[in-house]
Amino acid sequence: MIDNGLLVQMILGALLGLSVYVPMAAGQLSLATPAFYAIGGTLAALLATQGSPQATISLGAVLGEMLLAAALTAGLALLVGVPVLRLRGIYLAIATIALVEIVRVAILNLPFTGGATGIFGIPQPFEEPLGYVWLSGALLALVGWLFQRLEASPLGRSMAAVRDDELASRCMGINTTRVKLTAFVASAMLAGITGVIAAHYLNTWNARQGSFDVAITTLAFVILGGSRSWLGPVIGGLLLTALPELLRPVGDLRLVLFGLVILLGPVFFPQGLVTPALLERIGRWKP
Amino acid sequence: MTEALLQTLLNGAASGGVYALVALGYTLIFSVLGVINFAQGALFSLGGYLTYLFMGGNIGVNGALPGWGLPVGLPFLLALVLAALGTGLVGLVVERIAFAPLRRRGAEPLLSLITSLGAGVVLVNLLQILMGAEGYAFPHGAAALGQLPESLLIGGARIRTIQVLLLLISALAVAALSLWLERSRSGKAMRAVAEDATTATLLGINSEAIVRLAFLLSGMLAGLGGGLIGMSVSLAGPYFGISYGLKGLAVLVLGGLGSVPGAIVGGLVMGMAEALIPPSASGWRDALAFAILFAVLVLRPSGLLGRRQLEKV
Repeated sequence: MIDNGLLVQMILGALLGLSVYVPMAAGQLSLATPAFYAIGGTLAALLATQGSPQATISLGAVLGEMLLAAALTAGLALLVGVPVLRLRGIYLAIATIALVEIVRVAILNLPFTGGATGIFGIPQPFEEPLGYVWLSGALLALVGWLFQRLEASPLGRSMAAVRDDELASRCMGINTTRVKLTAFVASAMLAGITGVIAAHYLNTWNARQGSFDVAITTLAFVILGGSRSWLGPVIGGLLLTALPELLRPVGDLRLVLFGLVILLGPVFFPQGLVTPALLERIGRWKP
Repeated sequence: MTEALLQTLLNGAASGGVYALVALGYTLIFSVLGVINFAQGALFSLGGYLTYLFMGGNIGVNGALPGWGLPVGLPFLLALVLAALGTGLVGLVVERIAFAPLRRRGAEPLLSLITSLGAGVVLVNLLQILMGAEGYAFPHGAAALGQLPESLLIGGARIRTIQVLLLLISALAVAALSLWLERSRSGKAMRAVAEDATTATLLGINSEAIVRLAFLLSGMLAGLGGGLIGMSVSLAGPYFGISYGLKGLAVLVLGGLGSVPGAIVGGLVMGMAEALIPPSASGWRDALAFAILFAVLVLRPSGLLGRRQLEKV
């Protein structure tokens, strides 16, 4: 039922879920992930289709694109983050939705991004989806390990403090602006890198890849998976990406059911699937 | 030249009126609950489709019941009012399912952002199953307006009658709403709940009933907007309301969250600003609203007419 192709998408979903989770771990509801995802994907699509058309590309070149995407999205996030992170709660959410829409319209209208049809024939570093499973799986493992380390580090503790009470943590001497900005930049870099992998995997890239819908679904990954530990968005991303595919037999109803999951999930599982109590019970995962 | 400018501005004001309706829908709910109802765009779509059906339109070949339609075709204005009422009722259902359970439990307000988004996804996709993904033009087109001519000459500028109606009906709805909030007992109660729900409850106001009323009215505003845009442009598939919902969000912030006059001014400014974009750059039109939104949030987060939010510590 779950083939390698779906597995790649699930892992990419988990990575995007983590990208939404990072600012949330510092108490910031940012929906900017699809904007940086779209920028990363577009960068990869543009770089890889330069010159004569090719069917394949070396893995080294893809890794290079990932580094470039990380640098570009980090720079943009720094630029945007300073003014935007002064906003709180719903204002920050709305501002980041605006960012997503601006990036989408820009990719749709810029002369070199292929308009509504987008960019085609992005060369592949692997012949089989299995290669992408290894690449994205390795990235997920690396990011997961970093998050596990982060939660016990000074930065991770500062993030948790800012999430619980921004004012109090500032009084304790935490540079809250710096903490929030770090989280925002990390989120953008992760989304940009994920976009690079997605662009090669999908073979084509257009403005629809980073739309408001993606903001909704990635946010749902975190809320349904649980926002108190990095495992939450990973589980949420894996499950919710697989869900529409597994629901394919019900045809047109599948998006209705997907909507119902988002609608009823927070009502019945307010803390998500990975709750602090569950983590406590598993013990060694205790954050 | 001035006629052309006047024509552009009037057309802009007409779509601005609809933006104001959407933004007011957000405002009502935001002022009593402090949350955004993200199902607003889906309700906007629903209003458009309900108006179409009440006017006697048939379901297309890709719908669940191809060729089915109501046995009667009502005149546009009556259909619009019924559609607004129907959408308001669905708005009540959204409140009951997506907001009430979380509120009763005292859950994080941001969770209702997700649940209302979920309600919107469900609504839009149910519409898609029922009506199909194709676009619909309203039955009889402009002839449904009865005796009215297709276009009017105002100050030398030629305007489609429906655009004038759009502006008039939005203005009427907004005026009625403002008057009601200002003068009526229930309107005053709603403002009291918006000011401080706990105190209002202590003073004997049934704040739960006020919240439901806000959702009913907010849904009606969305339904009204959807029906008007459906008549003026067409129904471009079940997702057409979502972009209006997002633009309404931009208008909401531009005017100032929770401010009724702000939503109206914001809507008009946004509509006219969009209309002034030259056709050669029309692809960028959708970005304008969000660029303005972004600039407002960064430069003046309280919006044009909003109250400055002071944080109590």
